[in-house]
Amino acid sequence: MTQPAAATGDRAPIRVVLAKLGLDGHDRGLKVVARMLRDAGMEVIYLGLRQTTDTVIAAVEQEDADVIGLSMHNAGHLALATRILQALDDEGLDVPVIIGGIVPEEDVDALVAMGISAVLHPGASAVEVAEAVRGSLGDRSVRD
Amino acid sequence: MTEPGELLERAVAGERRALGRLLSLVEQGGEAADGIAEMVHGQASGQAAVIGITGAPGTGKSTLVGHLVDGMTSSGARPAVLAVDPSSPLTGGAILGDRIRMDGVAGGRAFIRSMATRGHAGGLALAVPAALRLFETCGFGPLVVETVGVGQVEVDVTRTADTTVVMMAPGMGDAVQANKAGLLEIADVLVVNKADRPGAEDTRRDLEHMLDLSRITGLAQHWRPEIIMTTATTGDGADQVQTAIQAHQAHLADTGQQEARRQARIRQEVLDRVTQHLGTKASQYLSTNPDALREALNGDRTPAATAAKISKRLLSNQPPI
Amino acid sequence: MSGVPVDPVYGDGPLPGEFPYTRGIYPEMYRSRLWTMRMFAGFGTAVDTNGRFQEILRHGGTGLSTAFDMPTLMGRDSDDEVWSAGEVGRAGVAVDTLADMEDLFADIDLGSVSTSMTINGPAVVALAQYIAVADKTGVDRAALSGTIQNDILKEYQAQKEYIFPPRPSMRIVTDMMRFTTAEMPRWHPVSISGYHIREAGSTAAQELGFTLANGFAYVEAAQAAGLDVDDFAGRLSFFFNSHSDFFEEIGKYRAARRIWATWMRQRYGAASERSLMCRFHTQTAGVSLTAQQPEINIARVALQALAGALGGTQSLHTDAYDEALALPTEKAARIALRTQQIVAHETGVANVADPLGGSAYVEWMTDEMERRAAEIFDHLLELGGGSILEGVYEGIDNGYFVGQIADSAYRFEREVNDGTRIIVGVNAFTEGDDGEKNLLRIEQDTEDLQLKRLAAVKQQRGDAAVRGTLEAVRRAAQDPEANLMPPVIDAVKAYATEGEICDALADVFGRYTEPAIV
Repeated sequence: MTQPAAATGDRAPIRVVLAKLGLDGHDRGLKVVARMLRDAGMEVIYLGLRQTTDTVIAAVEQEDADVIGLSMHNAGHLALATRILQALDDEGLDVPVIIGGIVPEEDVDALVAMGISAVLHPGASAVEVAEAVRGSLGDRSVRD
Repeated sequence: MTEPGELLERAVAGERRALGRLLSLVEQGGEAADGIAEMVHGQASGQAAVIGITGAPGTGKSTLVGHLVDGMTSSGARPAVLAVDPSSPLTGGAILGDRIRMDGVAGGRAFIRSMATRGHAGGLALAVPAALRLFETCGFGPLVVETVGVGQVEVDVTRTADTTVVMMAPGMGDAVQANKAGLLEIADVLVVNKADRPGAEDTRRDLEHMLDLSRITGLAQHWRPEIIMTTATTGDGADQVQTAIQAHQAHLADTGQQEARRQARIRQEVLDRVTQHLGTKASQYLSTNPDALREALNGDRTPAATAAKISKRLLSNQPPI
Repeated sequence: MSGVPVDPVYGDGPLPGEFPYTRGIYPEMYRSRLWTMRMFAGFGTAVDTNGRFQEILRHGGTGLSTAFDMPTLMGRDSDDEVWSAGEVGRAGVAVDTLADMEDLFADIDLGSVSTSMTINGPAVVALAQYIAVADKTGVDRAALSGTIQNDILKEYQAQKEYIFPPRPSMRIVTDMMRFTTAEMPRWHPVSISGYHIREAGSTAAQELGFTLANGFAYVEAAQAAGLDVDDFAGRLSFFFNSHSDFFEEIGKYRAARRIWATWMRQRYGAASERSLMCRFHTQTAGVSLTAQQPEINIARVALQALAGALGGTQSLHTDAYDEALALPTEKAARIALRTQQIVAHETGVANVADPLGGSAYVEWMTDEMERRAAEIFDHLLELGGGSILEGVYEGIDNGYFVGQIADSAYRFEREVNDGTRIIVGVNAFTEGDDGEKNLLRIEQDTEDLQLKRLAAVKQQRGDAAVRGTLEAVRRAAQDPEANLMPPVIDAVKAYATEGEICDALADVFGRYTEPAIV
């Protein structure tokens, strides 16, 4: 059995808020990613469908999330990404955002330029997904 | 990294993000958590009501908590919720999904924190009271702790509450199962959810019957839990649950049991800390003194006798064998 | 092709057109009538889509298929700032008020076309709008022909486009079944859809079991509402997915027909032959399309279309190869249509009914699919204390459906991850992906146009009539004996918006949040 973190000073699991903004109801990818991250030893605060920037920000603050993962499926990614990054900025929150879903290759650069940490396409492997989360934290991946 | 002292100032001033960070630190345990405990000491009155809610998965706990919290905020209170869910024993990861249902119902007005059990009983038992004290220091109350009533850990955590609400539903987590899990013994309020389902009335009857029996055997001389029928999806019955919780708290105050429960909580917390402390010491001892196990491993001595010998050495601070 | 004459059917035992219809619902199947090539389309404003409809009709088409945008599908108006901004007119057409429905069908004789409307949560409003257009243009309601998807149960299980909780939603569906049974004999009030269950990640057997169980649930709900099974069952139809495992799909369609016929006769007492026939539309699996090397999706779609034809579908939609990336371009949509035309006219599969019948493997697979579906029915009957309807409610509530689907989806992903399942271009044979540059883009203009349109309608309508008709909708919702269709038609005619009518219903019914089953 593993030692209590309190006793050994092990780093705490990475906490990820997973949500889907907007009306689209395709949550297959979001659910698969939730399980992938759990199986990579992370704690997933699963918000699921029909979230707003307000509910995501509230969850990030109250849950002390390290990373935000947003699923996009209906060509609204540029508008929604702008909205969430603006909201994070307004709140002075420095939390990396990863987008997953159907995003045309030519928009990936635009999203990254905008400040999105990574874009995951359908079919991304469990390793790729977990690496994207860890990678988005950079040298913060070992929590203070 | 922002110092805990500064975080606490900001959290007390109402900054939710600072409180979120502090909760992570106390959950993580260790020196930072101990430091925060010192800072908070004396600031929290210990008077905020702690309400525990437990029951089998799928009984509708989160939705009911959403309605309760909604009612509390409407009457001017500032409730906070700690939603405890199990971590995967294999990977240590967790999917924490209670927040959606609570927040959807409560309209974002409560502070909700999801906490994973992180695979160790001791850690959770320490983290929960520490988190509750932080909530109180920041002006939150009542405090609601929701757990899945399946393991001993969860039952123990819930049992430290002032008022424990045990939830069941026809077909899942019914009266018989709840009784077997020891949940009836800790219940101050019993809720039968999904009251619109066939079988809900049977569950209620079973419960009444079991309560009658426990009364005869003298288990519940002071307080007979009220049984409330609810439909969490519509919020029907949530008001009655709230009323029953208040009635129980009035009962605690009238009979002086509130103080007794507070003392029991402190006793439990001290005990948990000592247990954890000793456990850590023992574990370190075995890691640094592999020879200590040799007699047990080669069969010269029973594991029990080996343990007795090591315990004696540890407690008397004797050098290793 | 070589001129060898073939019979319409081969083999013995129950033939196509004979109970239990395992081999097909008609004796000669495609030899007497080919499947309908129904392509789903719609984007932008109602006026844009009307232009497409006119073009389809000019080219001899008679079937119009409408895709709505997300706000419309979720009962939100285009001017809902929280939910609709950025989504208006993107994935389909925006319909806020009767004015939009009038634009959508302007200069089209509703009495002579067949219309398919893919909408579920607010289906009652969409149907009411369609009826109102007919009323205003002097078309008899009894002459209206078409299908509204209106399969609310699968929304809780898979597609998640619900508004109200399950029980009040089922009341709306049964109200619509009662209304169409009485006034619109050519209208199909529910298209029971496994497609979305499969897209959400289920296996073929789960798609079969869950979908037919939903079908039985509608039958039980309608019977409980006092309808005679033979008065409505003939107008129920199904919508299945065609995924990549060729023989599994064919076995699934054959088992669906056999189970439906058997249960309808034995459990629900149906006597009319039409009530026993499982008629279905098929769409190739959108989820199987890959963003990598998108052109190879054309081959996937062709094989999936072939499975649909060999399985005896009544109509077919073939996906465009670029749909894993964006909404299809016109060229990609045309190639998709050409693909099923090749299957229909070049391969010869249409010449013989159920050409695979009698194959040991296909018959075994059909039996196996039936057996696995039966396990699902048994579980639901147990959950529901002998009622499939109650079992489905319980399965929605306790997360059975979403949990099973999520488990299957995760298993699939893991198999792709660890290479035990090969997806060409994704985890094998990945060389040669040069991306796809020509993607369809929807401009912001559509949203601006629609917002102006809605503002103008709100300006012109009579507010008192809107308030009064919405209040009547609320009253009808509170009265379980009332039928919601007439007051909703009145509200629509007063130009109440879809969002206003859904809000009025939500005042009484509440809104649904799903259980957190991940």
